[in-house]
Amino acid sequence: MMAYIIRRILYAIPILIGVNIFTFVLFFVVNTPDDMARMHLGMKRVTPEAVQNWKQERGYNRPLLYNSKAEGTDKITDTIFFQKSAKLFQFDFGSSDSGRDIGYDISQRMWPSLAIAIPVLLVGLLVNISYALLIAFFRATYIDIWSVVLCVVLMSISGLFYIIGGQYLVSKLLHLVPISGYATGMGAAKFLILPVIIGVVGGIGAGTRWYRTLFLEEINKDYVRTARAKGLSESLVLFRHVLKNAMIPILTGVVVVLPLLFMGSLITESFFGIPGLGSYTIDAISRQDFAIVRSMVFLGSVLYIFGLLLTDISYTMVDPRVRLS
Amino acid sequence: MGTVPENDTLEKNSQHMMDRNGRVWLSGVGLMAIFFAVLLSGCDQTALNSPYSRAESEQNIVYSSFSERPKHLDPVRSYSSNEYTFLGQIYEPLLQYHYLKRPYQLVPLVAEQVPVPRYLDAAGAVLPEDADEKDIATSEYEIRVRKGVRYQPHPAFATGKGGDYTYHSLSSDRIAAANKLSDFFETGSREMTAADYIYQIKRLANPRLHSPIAGLIGQYIIGFKEFGKEIVAATEKQQQATGSERPYVDLREIPLEGVQQTGRYSFRIRVRGKYPQLVYWMAMPFFSPMPWEADRFYSQPGMDKRNINLNWYPVGTGPFMLSENNPNLRMVLERNPNFYGEHYPDHGEKQDASTGLLRDAGKTMPFIDKAIYSLEKESIPYWNKFLQGYYDTSGVSSDSFDQAVQFSDLGEVGLTDAMRKKGIDLLTAVTTSIFYMGFNMADPVIGGESERSRLLRRAISIAVDMEENISIFSNGRGVAAQGPIPPGIFGYRTGAAGINQYIYDVVDGKPKRKSIAVAKELLDKAGYPNGRDAKTGQALTLYFDTSSAGPDGKARLNWMRKQFEKLGVQLVIRATDYNRFQDKMRKGKAQIFMWGWNADYPDPENFLFLLYGPNSKLEHGGENASNYNNPKFNALFDRMKNMSNGPERQQIIDEMLEILRQDAPWSWGFHPKAFSLFHSWYSNVKPNLMANNTLKYKRVDPELRSKLQREWNQPIFWPVWGFILLLIVTAIPAVMVYRRHERSVAK
Repeated sequence: MMAYIIRRILYAIPILIGVNIFTFVLFFVVNTPDDMARMHLGMKRVTPEAVQNWKQERGYNRPLLYNSKAEGTDKITDTIFFQKSAKLFQFDFGSSDSGRDIGYDISQRMWPSLAIAIPVLLVGLLVNISYALLIAFFRATYIDIWSVVLCVVLMSISGLFYIIGGQYLVSKLLHLVPISGYATGMGAAKFLILPVIIGVVGGIGAGTRWYRTLFLEEINKDYVRTARAKGLSESLVLFRHVLKNAMIPILTGVVVVLPLLFMGSLITESFFGIPGLGSYTIDAISRQDFAIVRSMVFLGSVLYIFGLLLTDISYTMVDPRVRLS
Repeated sequence: MGTVPENDTLEKNSQHMMDRNGRVWLSGVGLMAIFFAVLLSGCDQTALNSPYSRAESEQNIVYSSFSERPKHLDPVRSYSSNEYTFLGQIYEPLLQYHYLKRPYQLVPLVAEQVPVPRYLDAAGAVLPEDADEKDIATSEYEIRVRKGVRYQPHPAFATGKGGDYTYHSLSSDRIAAANKLSDFFETGSREMTAADYIYQIKRLANPRLHSPIAGLIGQYIIGFKEFGKEIVAATEKQQQATGSERPYVDLREIPLEGVQQTGRYSFRIRVRGKYPQLVYWMAMPFFSPMPWEADRFYSQPGMDKRNINLNWYPVGTGPFMLSENNPNLRMVLERNPNFYGEHYPDHGEKQDASTGLLRDAGKTMPFIDKAIYSLEKESIPYWNKFLQGYYDTSGVSSDSFDQAVQFSDLGEVGLTDAMRKKGIDLLTAVTTSIFYMGFNMADPVIGGESERSRLLRRAISIAVDMEENISIFSNGRGVAAQGPIPPGIFGYRTGAAGINQYIYDVVDGKPKRKSIAVAKELLDKAGYPNGRDAKTGQALTLYFDTSSAGPDGKARLNWMRKQFEKLGVQLVIRATDYNRFQDKMRKGKAQIFMWGWNADYPDPENFLFLLYGPNSKLEHGGENASNYNNPKFNALFDRMKNMSNGPERQQIIDEMLEILRQDAPWSWGFHPKAFSLFHSWYSNVKPNLMANNTLKYKRVDPELRSKLQREWNQPIFWPVWGFILLLIVTAIPAVMVYRRHERSVAK
């Protein structure tokens, strides 16, 4: 297993380099260092000298990817790409173009994101699996049909509608929780109730349908028929056998998103005023802060690769037949 | 493949499972009950939806919001209104605008009086006040600042027993252990002196600090540019000596020729020639005092990396200090305990007494203890929180306009019944800004000085119906511009004299846009009958460059295309991103465009310079985006810019406006109107679009606010109980079916 993990980590290096180059090229196709300087210096009374000074101070006066005027390895290393991206591989995110310590900002902003994402994931799993099992229990009845219809309806509604509708109903009409905002410590609870409920409700349609499919697929297998033939109750069949055997695809879906929970949700955080990581990248793009953009894309890629690796490892834990080699 | 248990245990397991399911179900209901119990017990019932704690709600606090993170809080760099919302309350420049008087009037803030320049000729002899500008070689401003003004508590001032600064020579480990300013527990303060203003003016000259006004101020303050070079040299020397990338350079040790201290509380600024606009800059945060101790403290290696710097933690003498800076969540201003206590103005405009604006005349400010600004990126939650009473004031967005505002039969703006019922009040004011449609004068078709292009521009200016634009896209919140100068600024004329008669007819003393027939006639004279080139017969195609291409922008652009269609002219929209758009503007590649300008100060020079030839964007990188260059206009501008307001200046401005209206380098656009709503507990509100430091005048009635918040936000629980009941009722048949099913299996 260790050899497999090491191999996967080594595979990740060229992927991360590729992601970095891709992000770099995309960013600088849209924004030149001059544009970045003007954005940071403001809209009024920006002189060409100020633009040059800004670029020089932050190292954006170098060539982008290849320095034809330099000698030897400097042709590669004395470039914006190398200077800005090489340290990412040591997880040194450096400072944003406005001077903030990116690592510190990430460490501060990931907790509010997690405060929403973890309850949404756990409660969502509980609700979706329970509901899917219920539908599976009542399969081919009106409950099943109407539940699928309900799931399709829930899936068809935009996430934004849940947010605005939820805020309108729960906060504006019923006055039960604040519309938006956040606080640290236990004070955060009242601000998290609504986004978590909305996150869970918004995910019921897709989640339940997916799990229902998994359960129904298992339910028609021979071992289930055998269990029933031996006189096992339906609840035992569902909870002990069907659920257990449907765990592999469920785990695949869940474990892969675990690391990405850090990254937050842009729309939810924006509407609920949650100071998480979701809006961090988007804000950085609109401010043309390349330092943050590259760091967040890099972090997202690392977490995704880590998530896939975790998924593979988790396979071995839930299914003894799977061996990593 | 699943595993199957032995037969003898089946019955037991089945029963066990049923019991467990029942327990799970009961636990679910129990958890829900606990959840609601916590919800109810944890919060006061009246404040379930309050984003603040009950204790905060009843305090003397102003609640407001911000939608965008302030980029810079260092007064040397800050230059936008969202930053001035905070900086204006923390730092105290030398001057300020009178809160109540109109037109806007400069009054002393920390300076003892508004400085009056003394003019000197090349030989150093004093000239009379009305001396010819050509004779004036130097203007001297003698400035005396108040005594007894003290800085907010700050670690930079903290001293030990021996008088040494506690935090000026910190070890790298100590700095690495700090994440915020409050990690330096000890604080101190000291009296502000004239030297602190000099220090800040010197900071303006530091190229590493990128002050946006350094270029402009450098043209006037004597020795400013040379001083900048000296700082660079001194910094490099220090870098070599210390190895630090950002070493501390003590600006006190480098003299700046044009700024000299003449006493503990007085200093002198010397500028080249005459520059009366300098006093307006003295009312902006650029001219705030900066203690050298703060600069020294923040420049220690590692501080910047820990995000501890002047951009994040300001040090001021103003009525408030920034006690919490979390721009991703909220910013909190708290009363500065060392504030000397300024008095509320005791006179204003005629109607101010009757509207209650002089009720606090002569009383010591500020009236509030704290201001909490919460980040609100989206307009819907922001508006709803205002309606719930959780924000004291609000603007009016397009989404909520119909809910808040209605027009009477006479076209007067008023509040809707729902707003009036809540006791909400509305104030409107025309902003000191302009959004204009510009023509690139360097363009061969639309630009130039030929009669043909001039008539074409005037025809377009008539056809583009700005009144309609304001009505459709701004809900009527704007005033069609008659020239570049907005109302409230010297040079703007009311009545028939102020109407642009190239575009409008004067009907009952009011402007009425000329008919499209007149525009077509002009187009005909320009050589484009029915929108076709008379020589070639080809349809006239013009290009509109814009960076606004979203769904909102699309409607505007379609509207714009239709305006040109009225003339038979085809308009091609060239939409691009903002970077490319700016690039086109810099290179003079755009043909027709929309642009805007917000006043820095209430002087006509600050608007007319947008059309001054030597300020053109294409040739000089200036703010004249249409690259207009009329020698006669330029000469009049040179005469007008340094004159004092008076009939002579007005006459020159009238001449300049006539030239502009005739040449039509802009189609003039509109001056937006600001609408602001505020609750009944919020008082001393008067729109002042030039002042940045208005928080100190505001007063709130926390008891009334708390009472109304309770009234408006009574929690309604029955739908929740109803939903739970519905769940239980719908679960019963399912449980029954389940049990029947289980029993049938058991048989």
